[in-house]
Amino acid sequence: MRMNQISVFIENKEGNLLTVSKILKDNNIDIRTLSLADTSEYGMLRMIVSDEELAKKVLKEAGFPVSITPVIAVRTNNKVGFMHDLLAKIPAEIANIEYMYTLPSDEGSVLILKVANPDKVEAALGQ
Amino acid sequence: MIWNESKECMSRDEMNHLQSTRLVKQVKNIYHSVESYRKKMQAIGLEPGDIRGIEDLEKLPFTTKDDLRDNYPCGLFAVPRSEIVRIHASSGTTGKATVVGYTRRDIENWEECVARILTMANIGSSDTVQVSYGYGLFTGGLGAHYGAEFLGATVVPLSTGNTKKQLTMMRDLGVTAICCTPSYLMYLAEAIEEQGILNDLVLKSAICGAEPWTENMRREIERRLHIEAHDIYGLSEVMGPGVAGDCQYHTGLHINEDHFLAEIVSAETLKPIPDGETGELVFTTLTKEALPLIRYRTKDLTSITHEKCECGRTTARLSRFKGRSDDMLIIRGVNVFPSQVEAALLDVSEVSPNYLMIVDRVDNLDTLEVQVEVDERFFSDEIKELENLTKKITHVLQQALLIVPKVKLVEPRTLQRSEGKAVRVIDKRKLI
Ligand SMILES: [Zn+2]
Repeated sequence: MRMNQISVFIENKEGNLLTVSKILKDNNIDIRTLSLADTSEYGMLRMIVSDEELAKKVLKEAGFPVSITPVIAVRTNNKVGFMHDLLAKIPAEIANIEYMYTLPSDEGSVLILKVANPDKVEAALGQ
Repeated sequence: MIWNESKECMSRDEMNHLQSTRLVKQVKNIYHSVESYRKKMQAIGLEPGDIRGIEDLEKLPFTTKDDLRDNYPCGLFAVPRSEIVRIHASSGTTGKATVVGYTRRDIENWEECVARILTMANIGSSDTVQVSYGYGLFTGGLGAHYGAEFLGATVVPLSTGNTKKQLTMMRDLGVTAICCTPSYLMYLAEAIEEQGILNDLVLKSAICGAEPWTENMRREIERRLHIEAHDIYGLSEVMGPGVAGDCQYHTGLHINEDHFLAEIVSAETLKPIPDGETGELVFTTLTKEALPLIRYRTKDLTSITHEKCECGRTTARLSRFKGRSDDMLIIRGVNVFPSQVEAALLDVSEVSPNYLMIVDRVDNLDTLEVQVEVDERFFSDEIKELENLTKKITHVLQQALLIVPKVKLVEPRTLQRSEGKAVRVIDKRKLI
């Protein structure tokens, strides 16, 4: 399944993350999951939210660089070896995974994958 | 000791007379051999014959760094290329270098000037002098080298970098004097302390320049290394290091006045101001053949005194420098203009040309951080891409500035806009 993720560039300075969370709260946007990748200078906050277009609009207005990135979502079956079996299905030449994290849901967790070539990867996974 | 008593201890009358004779000759020479300066004089109806001595100096038009840039590379040279034996260059305001040239006689005069200043620092022919200024287009390395050699000292041309080798040579060769930037010497002092080799050294003096520094920093260097530290001043347009330097009394920098005629003018009105008052330093080169300059505005702020010094020298002295009248920064001895950063960033489409330069001194070495706004249109959510962008900007800036900055990406619109007077530079070094 394809999902739209919203990415926000934030500098590592006091209160910045708080500003982002407040903007989302004030606009009644639900954060379903997030991952924060950081370097010593800045962070990249990646989120799956209830309304990414609205989130993009309000965060942009506040001055944050924002982009919407398509990611692949795969439901996990909570069994040993799931991850390996999944990754093994992707042919080596397209298996360039930029990053991944999980999204919890009532029916178990969902793996979020960012790849360079989502169409081919989805086809390989038989999704 | 005084290297050249006949020149350094002249009476004021004798010096005025010598400077007047040389000025009259130099103005004639420039008028006939440098077209752009001749035009400047003609534009105000001034002829060489109108200049009869230093009292007429004020009538002459100024020369600025822009004149050097507009006549890039060699348009202000007053001799044919066959007479030029050396070229040096420094960075200009827009990335274009300022090229300077020297005839054989110019090099000889330069050696003489540096030798006088090394002598002020109690360096003589039995000394071993380590030159740890950069060698190359920068005037520091070769300028100090030739002067020390002329003096008869043993020169160890180490240039900059490779701290370990610097210290090994200093110890093994019994180096007694070092020429380098004050911040580099502070850095070496720390390394010496770390290695615990201070007692193995016979270093007695340091001649530091190419960078603004304070009296406190001088005392700190002296305390840590058990040496005497001296200040040397110069700029490539006028010659290089050796224009002025301080004696053992450290009461200002003696100008080599027989070669360089100094004036202090108000930075606002450009009118001469009295001794003791701070203004912009202006030099007229009295003996330079390749690149003679009339009333060259250095943009350095200082004051002057013509009182005789306790050391016996009568040459005028400049007080410690109090800053600049333009936005030029001196970082690790390299001239950096904010406009260079701006011009370089225009070549990187992924960022907006909004930037902030933060200059600091960490562990006694100058640091430059350049903050650049990420352009939303090119924003990538991959850290890898942002890191590549940082590398690209670092590379572009390094090419333009000749020093490696630390580049930091920041959110758009976080840096001040250029409406009004945007703050482009924060200098945290607190030197003055
Ligand atoms: Zn003196």
